[in-house]
This record gives sequence, structure tokens and C-alpha cells, in this order.
Amino acid sequence: MRSISPLTNFCTRGAYMGAIGEYLSSLSLSGLLSRIPAGVSQGLIWALMALGVYITFRILDIADLSVDGTFSTGGAVTVILIIGGMPPALAVLIAFVCGLVAGTVTGLLHTRLGIPAILAGILTQYALYSINLAIMGFKANTAVSADKYSLVVSGRSVNAAIIVSICFVAVIIALLYWFFGTERGMSVRATGCNQQMSKAQGININLNKVIGLALSNGLVALSGSLFAQYSGFADVNSGRGAIVIGLAAVIIGEVIGDAILGKRMNFAFRMIFIAIGAIIYYLIYTLVLWLKMDSNMMKLFTSVIVAICLAVPYLKNARLNSFRRAGKNSQTAVGGKKDA
Amino acid sequence: MLEVINVCKTFDPGTVNEKKALTGVNLKIDEGEFVTVIGGNGAGKSTLLNAVAGVWPVDEGTIKIDGIDVTGIPDYKRAAYIGRVFQDPRAGTASALGIDENLALAGRRGHSRRLVWGISAKQRAEYKERLSDLNLGLEDRITTKMGVLSGGQRQAVTLLMATLQKPKLLLLDEHTAALDPKTAATVLETTEKIVNRDHITTLMITHNMHDAIVHGNRLIMMNNGNIILDISGEDKKKLTVKDLLNEFEKASGEEFANDKAILS
Ligand SMILES: Nc1ncnc2c1ncn2[C@@H]1O[C@H](COP(=O)(O)OP(=O)(O)O)[C@@H](O)[C@H]1O
Ligand SMILES: [Mg+2]
Repeated sequence: MRSISPLTNFCTRGAYMGAIGEYLSSLSLSGLLSRIPAGVSQGLIWALMALGVYITFRILDIADLSVDGTFSTGGAVTVILIIGGMPPALAVLIAFVCGLVAGTVTGLLHTRLGIPAILAGILTQYALYSINLAIMGFKANTAVSADKYSLVVSGRSVNAAIIVSICFVAVIIALLYWFFGTERGMSVRATGCNQQMSKAQGININLNKVIGLALSNGLVALSGSLFAQYSGFADVNSGRGAIVIGLAAVIIGEVIGDAILGKRMNFAFRMIFIAIGAIIYYLIYTLVLWLKMDSNMMKLFTSVIVAICLAVPYLKNARLNSFRRAGKNSQTAVGGKKDA
Repeated sequence: MLEVINVCKTFDPGTVNEKKALTGVNLKIDEGEFVTVIGGNGAGKSTLLNAVAGVWPVDEGTIKIDGIDVTGIPDYKRAAYIGRVFQDPRAGTASALGIDENLALAGRRGHSRRLVWGISAKQRAEYKERLSDLNLGLEDRITTKMGVLSGGQRQAVTLLMATLQKPKLLLLDEHTAALDPKTAATVLETTEKIVNRDHITTLMITHNMHDAIVHGNRLIMMNNGNIILDISGEDKKKLTVKDLLNEFEKASGEEFANDKAILS
């Protein structure tokens, strides 16, 4: 005879197992596989944003928060222009230029008005929210249909979107590789690395910071432009967290690149791996959705990952160079003397 | 070549930290002169060099380089005339860039930064030749990142960068002070070699009185934001450290406040 309590226990456990089973059976592997191409193409579009973030965060050593605004600007400008009758390719170009302008504003706030870079970025981002809404006639989102317009990329034809976005990423990486190897580009890298040295070598560091910020925001707006076309609408909130996602892509790319190439890592490979990092990030995002987790949790998840990755180099150094370690060394040294 | 006329600089004026760092300095340096600068801690030596380089605007006075009034020109534009090496070996180069890239950056000092490829094969060959003059073996690894070089190697490359295009004026601020004695001697020797070869007008701050006497053809001593001693020609050649200490006490009425200078 069984007593009652284990029975109820068994029952609840059964229900629990049943729920898991139901959950697992509701996930279809083919569903995941079928989502991969879309994930790749969106990842490639985000790669342009990640390259923009790389320019400010790694090359200029500035955390630029304007990108959250410029990503939406890129989308809003593009959609409104296309609806207004402009050829989509030209709209993409104008979105890029709008990004350049937004980045220039952040740069001037920082270099001309002495506002700390991080705050200058926040101010631009905040102002852009109003501007983006105004661009879209004070509606939070605006649709652009692939049926009516021949968009540059569209989620309706994923394979074509992958090819087009690969071309964009390849051309941008080639152009960035060229630019940062020119006299001007080299001086931008020097500016981000050592300002005192740069000035001593006659480099106008304020100009270079503006150039870097403009270029970065231009790329982010370009990314936002393609993203809006891909999804079929522009949304004023689409850029939220762009900086964190961009950083995540940069970090994922660098970790993988360093693991594979080690010392052979050069600037071109670095950018390629950042693009791969963006794709991987988007595939993780796809996986999270497939697992039926709430996609809103993705922001928490991303922040934790980025925080850990940024903290690791610091903690590594701190471990080698800590008071606790010094204290331990001192005690063992004293102990050693006593023994002798 | 360099004229400093009645230059004054006060830091943090009107606060409790107010510091009159330069009090009407006058100095005229002829083309080709190699001037060593000594003085106690806080005498204003670095401040004088920074004023000449244009790190910040001076409060009063005029600075002319080769007859051009540069008083109103910021540092990055004055850099067209000036080569600099700092005390901190990390200060003078971009550690994330290669040796060749650092040299290429220096190669465009005073020129516009164009949208053309930064280093040509011809330039790379020239850099190799210049680097081999340093006898550090750096010519065989010119794409190495600056950040992995030792302090002495970095100072030597910084010196090369400062003189890659002959500057009208070379400013050296205790550029060997952070190095171990042997490396310091090598870098100083290289300095002497380059300055003499190219006849570069030079101002070199040193904390070492012996070095100040041995090197260069003119010596100035600073105290309390002004020049209190200026010796050149035959007089300088006959100088001893003891003379300098006596002169310092006579001119300032104080004892020389830099043990490092006396002991080394
Ligand atoms: N940027 C600055 N801000 C405030 N005070 C400064 C600054 N630079 C130098 N000083 C002060 O000016 C005086 C002269 O300094 P400095 O020229 O560096 O002396 P030294 O002869 O040792 O090179 C010192 O009292 C120093 O504290
Ligand atoms: Mg000093």
C-alpha cells in the first residue's frame, strides 16, 4: 500500500515531467534550422553596426552611446525616403550621411564644448529620439512593404538578403582597412592610442575624434537602414541597446579570432571576426527565441555576457597584482625565514 | 632660432595652489646651439619646454621660432617646427601601432594627413636604414608593435621620430631619467650623435649635472621660475659640478634641492 503523500508527489512530478516533455516536443529542430539563414542575414546587417562600435570603442577608446539613436535614424530616414519615392539604394546612402552628421554632432559636443564623450553621446541619443519620431511624422513605427518597393534587402527573400549584406560587409571592411592604413586613418588610430604623442606629432586630435565618431555613426545608420528594410518597418526603438549588442559582437569576434589566429591576428582579420561575432550573436538570439524564452530576457543575458567579457582582462591583471597576493607572499616569506 | 621674451605662466591663479611657474623668462638660442637645462625640482624646466612647445597658452610674453611668432599657435601646429621626447618612455609613441607606423606618423609632422596609403616601400626602406643607426636590431622587426619594446628602445625610436624630419628645435625633457644607467648612457650617446650630425638646435633638460656639463655647448640653470645662470663656450668646458653648486648657491641664496643631480 502506498501512502498518500508519495502518490501526490509522484503526480506533481509527473505533471512537471509532462510539461517538460510537452515543451521539448514543441521545439522542432527543423524549425531552428529553418531560422538560421534569416539569423545569418540579420547578423550580417548588425555586423555593420558592430564595425561602427569597434571604431569608437576600440580604435578611438570612446564609448559612444549616440549609436542607439543613429541606428533608428538610419531606419526612419530610409523608410520615409523610400515611401516618398526615392530609390532605396539612394535612401541607404542618405541614411549613412545622416549618421555621419549625428556622429559629427556628438564629436563637436565633446571636442568643441568640452562635454565628456559618454555624456555627449547620451545627449545626441536623447535628442535623436525626438528627431527620429519627427522624421516619421510622430509615429513610433512606419512600414515599408517589399511588395510595393524594390528594397535593397528584405526578409521576404532571405537568400538574396544574405548575398547583398555580405557584399555590404565586405565592401565596408575593405574600405575601413584602406582608410585606417592611410596617413589620415593612421593618425586617427594614434589619437585613440596616445593623445600626447599625437599632438607632439602635429596631429589635430579633435578633428580626428570627430572623424572617427562620424564614421562610426555613419556605419550604424547604414546598418539601421538595412535592418529597417529587412524587417519591413522602421521603429523608433529599434536602436535600443545597439551599443551593447555592438560590443557583444566585437567581444565575441575578438575572443574567437584570438583563439583561432593568435598572433597572426591583423586588422583585416579582426574586422572579419567582428562580423562573424555579430552573426554568432544573432544566432544565439535566434536560439533563445527558438527555446521559447522571452526575448526581452536577451537584454539581461547580453549585458551579463558583455560585463563578464570586459571584466576578464581587468580581473586577470588584478589577480597578478593584488594586495591579497602580496599579503600571502609576505606571510610565506616570513614563514620560510622561521624555518631556516 | 628660439626667442623667449618675458614669458610668464602661473598655474591655478587665484587659488591656494597658485604657482608662479615662469616669472618673465628671457632666452635666446642661436641656430645649432645645444643647450642643457638643469635646476632643482619644480624650478620650472618642464614648464619652460611646455611653453615653447605650446602645450597651453602662456600668460604673458612672446615665443618666436626662427623669427615666426608662435605664441598664439597651439601645440599640434607648432609641432611642424618642434621635435619632442618626453621623460616617460610610453608618452612619445603609440603602443598599439607598429614601429614603422609610428615613424610614418612622425614623417608627416607639419604636413597634411592625406587619404593616401600611409607607408610606401621607399619609406619603409628609409626607416630601416634610420633604425639600423640605433644599433638595436629594430630594423629587422619594423612592424613590431611599439608597446612590446623596452623603455630604452622606445626612447630611441621616439628620438628618431623627433628627428626624422629635421626639426627647427628639439626639446628633450629628462628623456633618459626613466631608464637604467646603461640604457640611459646609450640613448644619450645616440642623442649626441643625431644632434651633431644634423646640427639640430636643442634644449635638453637633465637631472644629471655631469651630463649637463659634458653634453652641449651651452648650459642654463633655472630656479623659482627663471634662469639664474647661463654659461657657454670655453667657460662651459671648464665647468665642474662643484662650480655649478657654488653658482647655484650664489645666485639663489639657497642650497641646491635635488640630491639626485648631485649624487649622480
Ligand atoms: N600643469 C600644471 N598644473 C599646475 N601646476 C603645475 C603644472 N605644471 C607644473 N606645475 C608646477 O609648476 C612648478 C614647476 O614645475 P616643472 O616645470 O614641472 O618643474 P621642473 O623644473 O622640475 O621640471 C611646480 O611647482 C609644479 O608643481
Ligand atoms: Mg620636469
